[in-house]
Amino acid sequence: MAIVFFFYLFSIVAIASAVLVVTARNPVHSVLFLILCFFNAAGLFVLLGAEFLAMILVVVYVGAVAVLFLFVVMMLDVDFEELRKGMMNYLPYGAVIGFILLVELILLFGTWNLSPDLIAHVSAPQPDNITNTEAIGLVLYTKYVFWFQTSGLILLVAMIGAIVLTMRHKPNVKRQNIADQVARGPATSIEIREVKSGEGI
Amino acid sequence: MIGLTHYLVVAAILFTIGILGIFLNRKNVIIIMMSIELMLLAVNINLVAFSSALHDLVGQVFALLILTVAAGEAAIGLAILVTYFRNRGSIAVEDINLMKG
Amino acid sequence: MVQAILFLPLLGALIAGLLGTNMFKNLGSDAEAYADHHAGGDHADHAHDDHHGHYEGPMWPMYLTTGLLCLGAIMSWIIFLGFLHEGHDTRIELLRWISSGSLNAGWAIRLDALTAVMLVVVNTVSALVHVYSLGYMSHDEHQPRFFAYLSLFTFAMLMLVTSDNLVQMFFGWEGVGLASYLLIGFWYTRESANAAAIKAFVVNRVGDFGFALGIFGVFMVYGSVEFQTIFDNAPSAVGKTIHFLGHDWDTLTTLCLLLFMGAMGKSAQFLLHTWLPDAMEGPTPVSALIHAATMVTAGVFLVARMSPLFELAPAARDVVVIIGGTTAFFAATVGLVQNDIKRVIAYSTCSQLGYMFVAMGVGAYGAGIFHLFTHAFFKALLFLGAGSVIHAMSGEQDMRKMGGLAPHIRLTWAMMLIGTFALTGVGIPGVGGFAGFYSKDAIIEAAYAAGTSPAMYAFGLLVIAAFCTSFYSWRLAFMTFNGKTNADAETVSHIHESSKVMLVPLYVLAAGAVFAGWYFEQYFIGHEEALFWGKALYRLPENEILHHMHEVPTLVKWSAFIAMISGFALAFLFYIRDTSIPKRLAAMHQPLYQFLLNKWYFDELYNFLFVRPAMWLGRFLWKTGDGEIIDGFGPDGVAASVAGVTVQVNRLQTGYVYHYAFAMLIGVAAIISWFTFGGAH
Repeated sequence: MAIVFFFYLFSIVAIASAVLVVTARNPVHSVLFLILCFFNAAGLFVLLGAEFLAMILVVVYVGAVAVLFLFVVMMLDVDFEELRKGMMNYLPYGAVIGFILLVELILLFGTWNLSPDLIAHVSAPQPDNITNTEAIGLVLYTKYVFWFQTSGLILLVAMIGAIVLTMRHKPNVKRQNIADQVARGPATSIEIREVKSGEGI
Repeated sequence: MIGLTHYLVVAAILFTIGILGIFLNRKNVIIIMMSIELMLLAVNINLVAFSSALHDLVGQVFALLILTVAAGEAAIGLAILVTYFRNRGSIAVEDINLMKG
Repeated sequence: MVQAILFLPLLGALIAGLLGTNMFKNLGSDAEAYADHHAGGDHADHAHDDHHGHYEGPMWPMYLTTGLLCLGAIMSWIIFLGFLHEGHDTRIELLRWISSGSLNAGWAIRLDALTAVMLVVVNTVSALVHVYSLGYMSHDEHQPRFFAYLSLFTFAMLMLVTSDNLVQMFFGWEGVGLASYLLIGFWYTRESANAAAIKAFVVNRVGDFGFALGIFGVFMVYGSVEFQTIFDNAPSAVGKTIHFLGHDWDTLTTLCLLLFMGAMGKSAQFLLHTWLPDAMEGPTPVSALIHAATMVTAGVFLVARMSPLFELAPAARDVVVIIGGTTAFFAATVGLVQNDIKRVIAYSTCSQLGYMFVAMGVGAYGAGIFHLFTHAFFKALLFLGAGSVIHAMSGEQDMRKMGGLAPHIRLTWAMMLIGTFALTGVGIPGVGGFAGFYSKDAIIEAAYAAGTSPAMYAFGLLVIAAFCTSFYSWRLAFMTFNGKTNADAETVSHIHESSKVMLVPLYVLAAGAVFAGWYFEQYFIGHEEALFWGKALYRLPENEILHHMHEVPTLVKWSAFIAMISGFALAFLFYIRDTSIPKRLAAMHQPLYQFLLNKWYFDELYNFLFVRPAMWLGRFLWKTGDGEIIDGFGPDGVAASVAGVTVQVNRLQTGYVYHYAFAMLIGVAAIISWFTFGGAH
């Protein structure tokens, strides 16, 4: 009974906050509702027995992505009211498309039927006696190590890309150049002059 | 009793809201990206729900992969957005039509 | 000798046309090197592109063709005079031509009295026109081409008159049509000349269509196209019927009417006459040769040649009479008010051809051919005289701008007067007169003598036409030569008598116009008639018209004379005594005047009935059929739709990211819909 209660709690809050994400006037609120949505989704994951993924969701999404959003929203001096203009123009299209999709998806999910021999095709069965995290660890680093490495690579590329895109050298900032310092020799650093006595340089 | 279908319906609703968000906030790239995050989340819910129902971990592994891609996408997208804002002083999508031949 | 007569013009045409013109030179001049190479040769003395109406080329093509034609004319006279006394029909086989199944068309010369007459007419006029053209065309830069065409025409005409079967005749028939086309459009830079040439060709096609059908029909009925076979078997088809256009018709009537349709086209008879006046766009010698003396009489010749068939088809002959009479009357009335000197004579020709057909229709074939013979002389004389006048007037053809020319060009005037005398038929019944007097009066008498109602209809019209003929002929003469001159001073100062080379043909033709009737009457329609014609013209034993026509009432005999005199008197009154009468009369009867001036509105009627629908159809097929349907759905349509689609697709690419996003989402929705409801199996 508790599961049912929590399922509906998490679902309703997630959906409500998702609606608020797309309709909130202030983008900061949007981000905050996004975070709320993620939290509830994480709750749903826990209900489903995917504790590790739930935690990851909280850490990665809430801790990294959503905060990144928050930073950007707050950092950019954007007139968000201006951007909201004409919002209603596209509502009919969005509503129609969304409605069609929703109806179809629900129809689809309401009438689906698992193939009986699907169990035989399970590629990574979940052991019963170990935790979810351990189980994932067992397959992630063995059977799906290639995927794991690939996702690491994707993150690396994303990181490099983000840095390349956003980093800029300001012309008037003095920076230490170690290579130049190390390469410095007498020829580039000292000058010998003959000084006549009694005159100075 | 809560079954797989319930989760799938929730995911469908979230996905639809994501789509609606893209339509509604067509000028605001940040919200569009958040909507995309919502849609990815819906997909994740789907994957995890099936994984749980079938007792197959591959769904969760795949959800992990999607999380990674989503994170990367958000990082790159926001970086582009910042750069764009720096150059143009605006993030209005209407100004971006360089793709027109 | 006949072969020589026949092929000398062809020889001349080929040599003059291929070697005399700058045809080959033009071929070479494209290649600069060739021209350079031969610059020092004989090409240097060729006129290249001389647009100043000035001919500098060699004269030999002209002399050659003229000489060959003169030779041919002399030989023709020898043959003809031979027939006058003791002629015997001959048939000279030249070569086998078409031999397919039961169709045998040889290439042979059928030489009888009829052919001999035509030979004389064609070759004499042609030779004289050649000579005349030496002077008339001396300023033209394309003389060799002109003479080549003339000779080519002569050859085709000779082919026509000497043919031994219908197919061979058709060859000549089309040959003269082609030559006529080329010569009418000789000055091809003039748009009106091109239009007239095309008109002549197209209108003739209508007649030729009937002629061709007639030939097919004859072959179907008699199984042969050879004249001799047809004539021998002609009576076998009497009373039989032929199935044509869903009906059963009398065989001979149908065949004769179809053949007559060809004759109508070629001889510019009523309904198919419209091309003849327009053909005056050609040079005047051409008008004299083709559109007065020879080609237009081909229809008459055809009917005469086919007399054994026509004689057996009285209904068809009635049609011939009616058409001929109507043409004679119609053309004469139109001639009354025309102002272009050549057009007056052209309508006169049309009218005289009507006379000939009436003669054919009533069975007086000899009289018709006799008129053809004399007409050739005086009409060619009139045309060449008119050419001489035009030459003197520096190209002016409008009679209203002439007048008072007689003192300046006395010789031409005299010749024109002789021509006018001959055309109007000056002469006293029972005593004698000019050529036209004998032949035309004979036809009028024959029409009366025939006695049938169509013939009486024609008789009435012919007498009226005789009056009109007299009136317009004298009107022409008076307007041109008498009274005060209406030309501007510049033109007047240039008026000069034509050169000898142009006058000599006039003298010869004038001699013909004066004496041809008197001398040859006895052979064509008189006592020696039967002996002269032999089997060339066939008449049923009961056809005694040639006897009856000498026994018509005195009033009939004098009717043409009276018409002639009164026409002269009226013209004298109108154009010498009181020149204001015509204007007042025209003003008083404006509708009638306009009706005549516009040639009974035939051009407008045909324009409305045939030309415009044809143009519309052509335009429809061109614009809609070809342009819109074939091209529209074919190459152009594909190209245009590619371009159109591209433009649309291009417009689709707004460059806005969210548009692409929308498109993707719509695509997602579509795919999911498809999988949900359609393809997910």
